[in-house]
Amino acid sequence: MQALYAQLLVGLINGSFYALLSLGLAVIFGMLNIINFAHGALYMMGAFVAYFLLNLGGINYWWALLLAPIIVGIFGMILERTMLQWLTGLDHLYGLLLTFGIALIVQGVFQNYFGSSGLPYAIPDQLRGGMNLGFMFLPIYRGWVVVFSLAVCLATWFLIEKTQLGAYLRAATENPTLVRAFGINVPRMITLTYGLGVGLAALAGVLSAPINQVRPLMGADLIIVVFAVVVIGGMGSIMGSIITGFALGVIEGLTKYFYPEASNTVVFVLMVLVLLVKPTGLTGRAA
Amino acid sequence: MPDPAIAEAPARAATGGNILQVRNLEAWYGESHILHGINFDVNAGEVVTLLGRNGAGKTTTLKSIMGIIGKRTGSVKFNNQEIIRATSDRIARMGVAFCPEERGIFSSLDVRENLMLPPVVREGGLPLDQIFELFPNLKERLNSQGTKLSGGEQQMLAIARILRTGASFLMLDEPTEGLAPVIIQQIGHTITRLKKEGFTILLVEQNFRFASTVADRYYVVEHGKIIDGFSNSELAANMDKLHTYLGV
Repeated sequence: MQALYAQLLVGLINGSFYALLSLGLAVIFGMLNIINFAHGALYMMGAFVAYFLLNLGGINYWWALLLAPIIVGIFGMILERTMLQWLTGLDHLYGLLLTFGIALIVQGVFQNYFGSSGLPYAIPDQLRGGMNLGFMFLPIYRGWVVVFSLAVCLATWFLIEKTQLGAYLRAATENPTLVRAFGINVPRMITLTYGLGVGLAALAGVLSAPINQVRPLMGADLIIVVFAVVVIGGMGSIMGSIITGFALGVIEGLTKYFYPEASNTVVFVLMVLVLLVKPTGLTGRAA
Repeated sequence: MPDPAIAEAPARAATGGNILQVRNLEAWYGESHILHGINFDVNAGEVVTLLGRNGAGKTTTLKSIMGIIGKRTGSVKFNNQEIIRATSDRIARMGVAFCPEERGIFSSLDVRENLMLPPVVREGGLPLDQIFELFPNLKERLNSQGTKLSGGEQQMLAIARILRTGASFLMLDEPTEGLAPVIIQQIGHTITRLKKEGFTILLVEQNFRFASTVADRYYVVEHGKIIDGFSNSELAANMDKLHTYLGV
């Protein structure tokens, strides 16, 4: 039974990363209509920025949680202004190829300087150790990742679904020309949205650093699964991405317990099944 | 008896001063040359209607003024400021509001969110209670999804949301299209009330019978040019010509 709970916890942690990353992808796809293949590389940059802040600037984990998303978000906004904005109105394939190219370049640069092995990033003192819950031992840092990720996901959902700024975003997703004709600077909003989506990826990178170490290919390993999560949840659906992210993490964890051989493929099998039954994803709407 | 909503409202414009001046306006959709040198004026406080057959260039004229056509040349002056090169968000912030033919109600927003979406660009917009006096149906359906409203209610919502913004110059593109006669009548009353409040309105219409109940002046658009223009007082004398222009 202990092993089942342990796998459930691992599933929830993986689900946290899936949810944060797929949420960013959903926000970006909704607003920019771009399938952001650079997302994994930007997640990795978040972890590296935390590593640099600690080792070069002596800036701790808590500040990194704030600063890394801002720094990587600004990098993302520069990418959007200089490259992605020119893809407006073109086929999805162009965005996919451009961001895939960006991902390869960013990963290549980091691999060139830091190799492929992981760099250590220590768990902050306040989150060391664990708690005995009676039925299982819970490492405090892992519990923190799940709770904090969930809080960030729900805050993002609230921002987009329940605020005036979110109404601008949703409206601009439907008809950017008309929203701009109402007096809203839509190009600037698109840039900031890309920065927000990228910032969420970087935040996931910082959270991941103490668990998975900091590696140039850490994003490449994860991004394929995250895309499957987004497809299952429905492209562009905010709550769909959050629920599917956590749910698939748990399903993956349970599969590891009951049938370990299928744990690496269960997400993709589900993706195929969902695409066959509901091509727009579980919570997605037809275009 | 005067309408309280109108009696208490500040006058937006004294009739007479030139608010919009369009000179030699040309516009293109990709390679297609749609407008071939449009010239007309709108004075403050007027309701001016662009008449013409389908495809004559009426909607393109509005879109060109609003800055949402990719390529346009010529001169468009709003309150004596040149706006031909301005972006649509800047034009909106100068006090120009556009209500598109397809109404542009957002399906992902409820009625309240649709209503509150356009930002207030200047003082003098209608407060919500006055908007609900004009369109009582909207108050009852604030939490409904925008696109779940009837066609008439969607049209009311599309007009209502630009009245909040403080824009003094409204461009309405075929507000009666596809609506039942009773709703058309209600929209006509609304336009008349807005005119009394001091709004300046540029209307595009194919429904000439409706336009004749609200307009002060008319321009006829054909093949991307203004080919004629007359005031409401000259209407009777121009009816035969007008029937020929519109093919009715």
